[in-house]
Amino acid sequence: MTAAAASVTTTRPVAPPGALADPRHFQILSLGLLLAWGTGALGFPVAAAQIAVTFVTALVTQWLAGRLLAGIAFEPRSALVSALSLCLLLRVEHLALAGAAAALAIVSKFLLRVRGTHLFNPTAFAIAVTVCASDGAWVSPGQWGHAALTGLAFAGLGLMVLTRARRLDIALAFLAAWAAALVLRAAWYHDPIAIPLHQLGNGALLLFAFFMITDPRTTPASRAGRVVFATAVAGAGAAIQFGLYRADGLILALALCAPLTPLIDAFEQRRCRARPSRPAACLPLPPTRR
Amino acid sequence: MRRTFLPALGLLALGLSFGGPAAAFCGFYVARADAKLFNKASQVVLARDGARTVVTMASDFQGPVSEFAVVVPVPTFVARGQIHVTDNAIVEHLDAYTAPRLVEYFDPDPCARHERKTMRELPAMALADAAAESGARPRSLGVTVEARYTVGEYDIQILSAQESGGLITWLRGNGYRVPDGAEPVVRSYLARGMRFFVAKVNLAEQARLGYATLRPLQIAYESERFMLPIRLGTVNADGDQELFVYTLTRKGRVESTNYRTVRLPSDMDLPTYVKDDFARFYRALFQRHTEREQRRAVFLEYAWDMNWCDPCAADPLSEDELRELGVHWLAGGARKGQARDVFVTRLHVRYDAERFPEDLTFHETGDRENFQARFVIRHAFAGPTRCAEGRRYRDVTLPARREREAATLAKLTGWTIADIRARMGSLPAGGGEAPWWERLWQR
Repeated sequence: MTAAAASVTTTRPVAPPGALADPRHFQILSLGLLLAWGTGALGFPVAAAQIAVTFVTALVTQWLAGRLLAGIAFEPRSALVSALSLCLLLRVEHLALAGAAAALAIVSKFLLRVRGTHLFNPTAFAIAVTVCASDGAWVSPGQWGHAALTGLAFAGLGLMVLTRARRLDIALAFLAAWAAALVLRAAWYHDPIAIPLHQLGNGALLLFAFFMITDPRTTPASRAGRVVFATAVAGAGAAIQFGLYRADGLILALALCAPLTPLIDAFEQRRCRARPSRPAACLPLPPTRR
Repeated sequence: MRRTFLPALGLLALGLSFGGPAAAFCGFYVARADAKLFNKASQVVLARDGARTVVTMASDFQGPVSEFAVVVPVPTFVARGQIHVTDNAIVEHLDAYTAPRLVEYFDPDPCARHERKTMRELPAMALADAAAESGARPRSLGVTVEARYTVGEYDIQILSAQESGGLITWLRGNGYRVPDGAEPVVRSYLARGMRFFVAKVNLAEQARLGYATLRPLQIAYESERFMLPIRLGTVNADGDQELFVYTLTRKGRVESTNYRTVRLPSDMDLPTYVKDDFARFYRALFQRHTEREQRRAVFLEYAWDMNWCDPCAADPLSEDELRELGVHWLAGGARKGQARDVFVTRLHVRYDAERFPEDLTFHETGDRENFQARFVIRHAFAGPTRCAEGRRYRDVTLPARREREAATLAKLTGWTIADIRARMGSLPAGGGEAPWWERLWQR
């Protein structure tokens, strides 16, 4: 009995069989539904041509960069996640900008790498560069409104459940830090509590918390590291949004904070190795995936 | 305490204008739904490039001018030269140019084989008066009157304050009617380092200048924050507040960053009787769409390059008018006939304190796609329809189209389809109908 219990605790959790074994499948499904809802019921001004250009560019770039830069087989799933995220978040005046953003997102995964994994969240990196470099690209943080809250929360939480809550900590840590920043700001300005509550109800915030900052490739491996990272993104996001009055503050903050991830991981590993009594607690880096 | 407190960017004007038809690819202009359709609406124009902003506040204030007052939080100190008073006609022109519009088409003779072109197929073409001053001493209340000006018919003061209670006491002592719930809102603006721009009408100046109505006040300022303070307006709100925000920018369309910006439906075909009742139709449509968005959205009614329009509810604004509204980047730059880089956005919002707890913040997007809230009526061909195509037009095409139009109108306004059908009446017969014997033997 004791032996059986011990063997259970040392075995890694078994992935559910079928198509949902890879959390990216559910992510693609969730983002796809959100895009259908956004362009349908919510009337997002995203032309079919923009969606087509984004998808084709992302997939072709993934195929080309995989062959030429990494010599790996074609793997469309991560490119699909990036393409869907770009269609949900980025608004462009010219189709060429949509294509450029999709190509940037994918190429950044192959070229900007540290310690065996990519440095930037591909979508955040592509949006940050496109929006800063061109007048013809922008994000619309108000597009989800506040009625969309339930649906987004549902989709986001569903994703967390299906990925067996492996990254729920970073989403919750980010939301807690962001809420704290908003409440502190309100207290400083003597604003009523209705203002930070209204800001917290924004659908774009939940999308960011559940679908962007949770990317396991570009966030620290340890839970403590993820909490530090989430807090840093919330702090930087608040500084950009309320100090520089930029509507895209959170996405820029996520791109700017990306270099923190390898630093936090390196620090955690060194600290962990310094404790010979608990080597099992030293988390390995996530597997390389492009 | 006789003065009325018109807080938000407290201002206001608004009917239905019918003009003569004008030919255009996008239909013949019939009518527009301008701001006068909505009671007690404020109209604010924001001309902005970078941090340089000029705000124009127009009022449809109806009471005695001695009771008019405006109290506006401003981000910086405002010097005399930053304040200006302009003409109502310019804001009215901008309202007319950007208003939702009804256009009409006349069906061609179905028996004549000429090419029909649709729109899509064609190329897109304040010194406080001495009497009031006695009411309260500013210094003891922690209020600093930073400046006093008389501009046009207005006495203006720029106030800063240590704390909100003192400022409210000062305002009340000086004849401004401040509602009870205003204190926390004023405190919040003061905490942001904002000043208060307060203005009353100088009756002597108004009589001297000879203006019968109150003219719009303008303030030029620099601020990185692209926003409109609306919170004071909701404090004592008697029901919903109606606000029209027109922005004049360089790059493209403006949208709200903290509320959902929704495009109103456009290019919808409606029953022809709407021509006589466009005001009621548009009010019902706006009400329905407000409800559909849980009363939490800002609506886009117009977004267009200021160089043209199609169809034109009014001509584009002249360069002089644009400069008057604060389009400073045109000053001396544009030569006559040269395209002007001015993009106009018209936003319409109905708000209250519960659903709009935060001031409206905006950002300028790179979107230069033209959008207009445009509604269409199509008049049936009234002549004889003796050919086979003509009979199909009268017996099949027209009834189906009328049914679609009725359904569209019901969907847009929430009116019952039975009422709509009753208003539409039956198809005009008689003159258009071929004699029965011709139908009998003709193919």
